[in-house]
Amino acid sequence: MAAPKKTVAKESGQEKAGSPPEFSKEQEFKALRDMLLIRRFEEKAGQLYGMGAIGGFCHLYIGQEAVVVGMQMALKQGDEVITGYRDHGHMLACDMEAKGVMAELTGRRGGYSRGKGGSMHMFSKEKHFYGGHGIVGAQVSLGTGLAFANRYRGNDNVSVTYFGDGAANQGQVYESFNMAELWKLPVIYVIENNRYAMGTSVSRASAQQDFSKRGASFNIPGRQVDGMDVRAVKAAADEATAWCRGGNGPMILEMQTYRYRGHSMSDPAKYRTREEVEKVRHDQDPIEQVRNRLLASGVSEQDLKAIDAEVREIVNEAADFAQHDPEPDASELYTDIYR
Amino acid sequence: MPIQVLMPALSPTMEKGNLAKWLKKEGETIKSGDVIAEIETDKATMEVEATDEGTLGKILIPEGTADVAVNTPIATILADGESAADLAKVPAAPAPQPKAAEAAPAAEAKAEAPQPAAKAPAAPVSEALPDPEIPAGTEMVTQTIREALRDAMAEEMRRDGDVFIMGEEVAEYQGAYKVTQGLLQEFGARRVIDTPITEHGFAGVGVGAAMAGLKPIVEFMTWNFAMQAIDQIINSAAKTLYMSGGQMGCSIVFRGPNGAAARVAAQHSQDYAAWYSQIPGLKVIAPYSAADYKGLLKAAIRDPNPVIFLENEVLYGHTGEVPKLADFIVPIGKARIARAGKDVTLVSWAMGMSYALKAADELAKEGIDAEVIDLRTIRPMDTETIINSVKKTGRAVTVEEGWQQSGVGSEVAARIMEHAFDYLDAPVARVSGKDVPMPYAANLEKLALPSVAEVVAAAKAVSYR
Repeated sequence: MAAPKKTVAKESGQEKAGSPPEFSKEQEFKALRDMLLIRRFEEKAGQLYGMGAIGGFCHLYIGQEAVVVGMQMALKQGDEVITGYRDHGHMLACDMEAKGVMAELTGRRGGYSRGKGGSMHMFSKEKHFYGGHGIVGAQVSLGTGLAFANRYRGNDNVSVTYFGDGAANQGQVYESFNMAELWKLPVIYVIENNRYAMGTSVSRASAQQDFSKRGASFNIPGRQVDGMDVRAVKAAADEATAWCRGGNGPMILEMQTYRYRGHSMSDPAKYRTREEVEKVRHDQDPIEQVRNRLLASGVSEQDLKAIDAEVREIVNEAADFAQHDPEPDASELYTDIYR
Repeated sequence: MPIQVLMPALSPTMEKGNLAKWLKKEGETIKSGDVIAEIETDKATMEVEATDEGTLGKILIPEGTADVAVNTPIATILADGESAADLAKVPAAPAPQPKAAEAAPAAEAKAEAPQPAAKAPAAPVSEALPDPEIPAGTEMVTQTIREALRDAMAEEMRRDGDVFIMGEEVAEYQGAYKVTQGLLQEFGARRVIDTPITEHGFAGVGVGAAMAGLKPIVEFMTWNFAMQAIDQIINSAAKTLYMSGGQMGCSIVFRGPNGAAARVAAQHSQDYAAWYSQIPGLKVIAPYSAADYKGLLKAAIRDPNPVIFLENEVLYGHTGEVPKLADFIVPIGKARIARAGKDVTLVSWAMGMSYALKAADELAKEGIDAEVIDLRTIRPMDTETIINSVKKTGRAVTVEEGWQQSGVGSEVAARIMEHAFDYLDAPVARVSGKDVPMPYAANLEKLALPSVAEVVAAAKAVSYR
């Protein structure tokens, strides 16, 4: 932990040492269910991709589920969420329907973008999800603009702007940091550090590998958070949302997480060892952590299986819909260019 | 020999200024660096420092004189040992350096100095035909294009609290080119926002704010700097409505000076009309007349789509007639026949119109009656107006300052070929900027830009004359 960080940074350090605030049983169940939904959804998406039902690029979120689920648990109605191209988990966490997301992956008319956006470009105004952006780093300025609109309107909404350790090296990220702090914009920059920007490890791409310090020259406070522990994520998100709603400007949360799958479906992941992946899965899996805690607290296997069943049902229904929903009508080619 | 002090050029495009005040009297001693006078340009009041030492011999242009052309002698300085008698030795005003761009016609006026309030004419924004958007009998006011733009923004900001402007120097400095003059005072810092020098970042912030439902006006100090931001303009602003299946649009105006100014060389002199006009999802506007500047900017701010509004720095100070209407809107996507004719169609827009209109005057002297179409909007392009004209004339010439390859003129030519091939009596000719980066040297810059003579020659060529 960096010296200049204030008292809360110490708390963050303690969290890393293994003592984040406990969840209530309801919170544990909710976290488990939401993370499981993302994992089963992504596994199904990977399967459909293999069958040729999903085309193009498909970036799976498996391993990183605790980040979006923990963040979302701290948000309120009206807070905006925006992210890059690895966005399926964010959408499900925002309570967007699995059917609509999966049907967009298969390019069908029932998809969130009516089949015209695909995996990387989905939006839901109703759920305050602003995409789904395919250009690495672009969402950081856009998310700062969402925060600008909150400030302009004088509401107390917060923009949660996600990006990865790779995007953190883009120039516009720092242009945005500067304006966000200068104008005290309510934006939480969530840097999902999953250790690899496509095939390039953090150590090969980043001079400053502590991403919580990336706002230091703009006086933006930052925290390093165990992004595999949903409780630690929630605690950090609570602090950050309070900071932003209090008119203090932006905050950076570096979520230390890990992606189990390749960068995209076509990535053989030769840049890391199988052992490395297995070790994270075995020691730190975000879902297993919650499951083990629940079991230890006396919850039965039966209760957990019920959650599994519910989630599988949702995912299977989504996959079924996404394969049978018709493709967009040909007339859709020329709609939605102007309004 | 006494030294002449000349009216200085205080910006690349300044053609004239007002001699606001003399701070030294005749007979006073002057040291190098002394402020001797104040000059008002159309953008600011600037101090003139002496670069020579001696005694102020004679004030040639009294204070309060308006529209003094650049390079006009304004005073003489006597060196040590010289007296008023030596003033007679001063030769007549030196021949002025020819200005590069035809776009700066005021240059010719310099030869007539030192008459105060010399002719230094405003650019001939000739409007031979009345604009159908303006009801007959409407009272007109004479305004600079700079003022027309400012009024358009102010009116829309009064009308809609979601409209705001952001950019470099738009607030406290009152605009790098003074286009936003007075907006900070009227609307305050919440809605008139100075940004850091951070085009990529603030373009993205603007697009994000627009996605959230606000209606930003994003000013680029010049479109040349917007290349840093082009990803946000195209990938985020233009494509999101489509990619979201119609859910999330972006009502935003990107505006600023485009194309060649004067003597600012390759990195500051590019015309981006063709670049942006290729993108579905964007609307691209490039007006010429003061009325169109105002009416189209108001339309752009109200449009629910991302709009590229291309201005011209050379034109900012030029005046034209603007209708005095409570709410004057020019529809996007409609060309205007600026001059009716029957022999050849000249299709142009923005600064190109200055060549086309002058060429039409020249052609008239030779018995060729040219019709001049001002496209005003590049995308969506008003093909119908072009085609109807070509069906009548059978000949067409496009005129633009931008480059020829994949240029807007090429697009116009292709559409004429597709829709009016059988009406053509000659291949369409394109007059454009030359296929080179803009050079700095005055003579080369002039060569790089299109000229009235080239338009005349092209029109005669397609007329087989």
